[in-house]
Amino acid sequence: MKLRQLRQLRRERRWRQFRAFRKRRELSCVANRTATIKPDAVLVFVTLRNERPRLPYFLRYYRDMGVGHFLFVDNGSEDGSREYLTAQPDCSVWTTQASYKSSGFGIDWLNWLLRKYGTGHWTLTLDPDEFFVYPFCDTRPINALTDWLDSYEIRSFPAMLLDMYPKGPIDAEPYREGQNPFEIASWFDSGNYMISKNGKMQNLWIQGGPRARCFFPDDPADAPSLNKIPLVKWARGLVYASSTHMLLPRGLNRVYDEWGGEMISGCLLHAKFLSPWSEKVSEELERRQHYANSREYRVYAETLSEPPDLWCKWSEKYINWRQLEILGLMSKGNWA
Amino acid sequence: MTIGFIMMCHTALDRAAQVARHWAERGAPVVIHVDKRTDAAEYGTLVKTLADLENVSFSPRFKCNWGTWSLVQAEQAAAEQMLARHPEIHHVFLASGSCLPLRPLNELTAYLAAHPQTDFIESVTTAEVDWTTGGIGLERFTLRFPFSWKRQRRLFDRYVALQRKIGFKRKIPEGLVPHLGSQWWCLTRQTLSAILQDPRRAEFDAYFRRVWIPDESYFQTLARLYATSIESRSLTLSKFDFQGKPHVFYDDHLQLLRRSDCFVARKIWHRAERLYATFLTDRASIDPEAEPNPTKIDRLFHKAVERRTKGRPGLYMQSRFPKKDRENGKTSAPYSIFQGFSDLFENFDGWLSKSAGVRVHGHLFGPEGAEFAGGETMFNGCLSNSATLRDYNPRAFLTNLIWNARGERQCFMFSPRDTQQDIDWFTATDPNAQISVISGAWAVPLFRSNQDFAAIRSEAARLQQIEMHHLSILRSMFVKARVRIWSLADFVENPMEPLQTIIDEISPRGARRLTEVPQMVDLSGFGQFLQSLRNQGMQPRLMGDFPVGDDLSPKAPRRGRPYLVK
Repeated sequence: MKLRQLRQLRRERRWRQFRAFRKRRELSCVANRTATIKPDAVLVFVTLRNERPRLPYFLRYYRDMGVGHFLFVDNGSEDGSREYLTAQPDCSVWTTQASYKSSGFGIDWLNWLLRKYGTGHWTLTLDPDEFFVYPFCDTRPINALTDWLDSYEIRSFPAMLLDMYPKGPIDAEPYREGQNPFEIASWFDSGNYMISKNGKMQNLWIQGGPRARCFFPDDPADAPSLNKIPLVKWARGLVYASSTHMLLPRGLNRVYDEWGGEMISGCLLHAKFLSPWSEKVSEELERRQHYANSREYRVYAETLSEPPDLWCKWSEKYINWRQLEILGLMSKGNWA
Repeated sequence: MTIGFIMMCHTALDRAAQVARHWAERGAPVVIHVDKRTDAAEYGTLVKTLADLENVSFSPRFKCNWGTWSLVQAEQAAAEQMLARHPEIHHVFLASGSCLPLRPLNELTAYLAAHPQTDFIESVTTAEVDWTTGGIGLERFTLRFPFSWKRQRRLFDRYVALQRKIGFKRKIPEGLVPHLGSQWWCLTRQTLSAILQDPRRAEFDAYFRRVWIPDESYFQTLARLYATSIESRSLTLSKFDFQGKPHVFYDDHLQLLRRSDCFVARKIWHRAERLYATFLTDRASIDPEAEPNPTKIDRLFHKAVERRTKGRPGLYMQSRFPKKDRENGKTSAPYSIFQGFSDLFENFDGWLSKSAGVRVHGHLFGPEGAEFAGGETMFNGCLSNSATLRDYNPRAFLTNLIWNARGERQCFMFSPRDTQQDIDWFTATDPNAQISVISGAWAVPLFRSNQDFAAIRSEAARLQQIEMHHLSILRSMFVKARVRIWSLADFVENPMEPLQTIIDEISPRGARRLTEVPQMVDLSGFGQFLQSLRNQGMQPRLMGDFPVGDDLSPKAPRRGRPYLVK
């Protein structure tokens, strides 16, 4: 039985690798500056579409963190995102008009780029609205973390998705280009997350937060997954199996301690609930390119007539990583 | 008085060069050993950058593997070179390429001048250390270790087990008493030369060649033979965690390092610009004669290791998800569950929160939704009262509630009517839980309800079955919670004593006699009601003995303290 499961997982991994290999032809290179990547650089991999206003802050945030190079897959942007990124000296850009959905929500493209350019590097696979926070991120660059992980032979690093939201209706305060999104969306849920273990892939399945509370109170099983493993020391043969929620081989998903201790972990601050929200929801709903038949966006659309306010009096206002550590959302593990 | 430094390097040679230059320019000779596996070009650059300093030399290179004899060989060669080339030195200090001096060299020189005959080397017998990696203490000296602990772990473990089984033992050379300690030492010329020029050195070397991790025991053991005065501590601040890896210092440790008053620290992250910039200058310490005092750093690292191995009790999160019975605290704080009390008393929760000063919720697992204290729809941490969300993962709901309200004791009502009966094993085996049950009290609302008797009868049968199952769990041998069970009849007869016990346990500091009693519902006719149930063929078992005719009523509550003689 165990052997059969292992064989099945291996088949799945091979199949994902094959898909990535086949889908590589959908990508056409716009700017390839990967020759400038230094051997110890941490690389960021992103798929995006029409995210122009968010990009300047995104790049600045990760450059300040010490990221060495950015690799973008542009899925048919029409707002100048591609041109903007192409002009950046530390970005390589590929573009495609192919379907986001049929490429496994972008993961096939990224699996290919990860394999080709990420092998041997620490890689951070993100969405443009995700901001990585790790222990000591205010005083230590990301290389300090990856060096430390290397010394413990830890190959993957978990960061739970933490949905951030503004106080008041989501669209109320417009987002200016270059602005820190968490000046507006500075609130989060601190203690309503539900965890169960996925026996097959060995990862933890985390749900909860404002999305479960406000949009899925009647079908919690459909609430979006919040567990993510964005930071991975990439090696040949690895693949992301479902977004960045889990990896194959599955040993990489075992980022948690089962004997009572705490392993090191971080958070991905999720600036999803930010203006222009209604526009984005209507547009994505029309494209129908998202997970589970865009279930999530259909639920959002139902609430559109009355713009939702996710804030409640128990919401926490974001201060820094130490606050998240104390609240038990992330952990320093034995890093001191 | 001069000190000579031996530096063992393998990576980040640019940093090693900076430190070597710092020492050499201030008059301390330096001998550098670079691992033979380090790239030749990097080595060349290092030699070139330090070429202008004549008191820096390079010792013969050895291929060094972790925990092997080659490390000791390299140290021996470097030490011999140091003693031969620099006859003026009095102490030899062994450091690594990732060490950083925290105090000016003249303070270290003065410190050693004040202890001219002292060898600073951590050296303890195997019986006294608890930090040995792999749990191998004295056996390091008596078994053979042909396999690498890092790369051939399975073979290593099996071979050790085999030797234990057949009782194999190597002979320890006569006169040696095995000692262990940190590999970073500072020895006097006398002791070091005595070790290196020992007539039995060939014998000792042959023996230690096969000891496991000889770099932690060779000098530590031999120093005991010759030293006149050993200070069994290292002058290098170097901390190891539970996996035997050194803790690393970063820029944000600057103040901590400065206040530790240690002379040298290891291991410094090679890109900690601020640490290197700050400490490689000649800035005097606040107190130049201070003794090294790493307590604060010890505490920091101790806490880090504890977090990694034990974690925060009652926390379930993305990187801590303990298996059953490995939780090290199923919940984060004590809490109380009351079963049957809200059926028997009017406004029990209001009374309880007033008398014990705690947060009292209604039926958290009520079928309509969680009844948070004060009728709120949300609770700390944005916990929602939605029944579907709660029932999706009731254990997470409960542990989140307790975790979110850390610092304030939580109490809630429970009853066989509630939806989540499967958390009962979890709460029953949780030492933080205080569970008080009035068995059979669920019948009181039925008795007072205005339903058809047939409906009452079937509902009573259902509730009784649920509660009997629950009680069988609470009476099992696996229970860790503090459980108290009374039958309804017993409780009604004497309610004050049990209530007092519970309140005393919840808030031991506020221990005082209860003055106000919660209002009990009117039970006249309850005995007759039970008899009617019996007559209808349903046997109420959990209420205790209620006389059919005249009703039980609480005895007059005792006032004051009858045993106190005024």
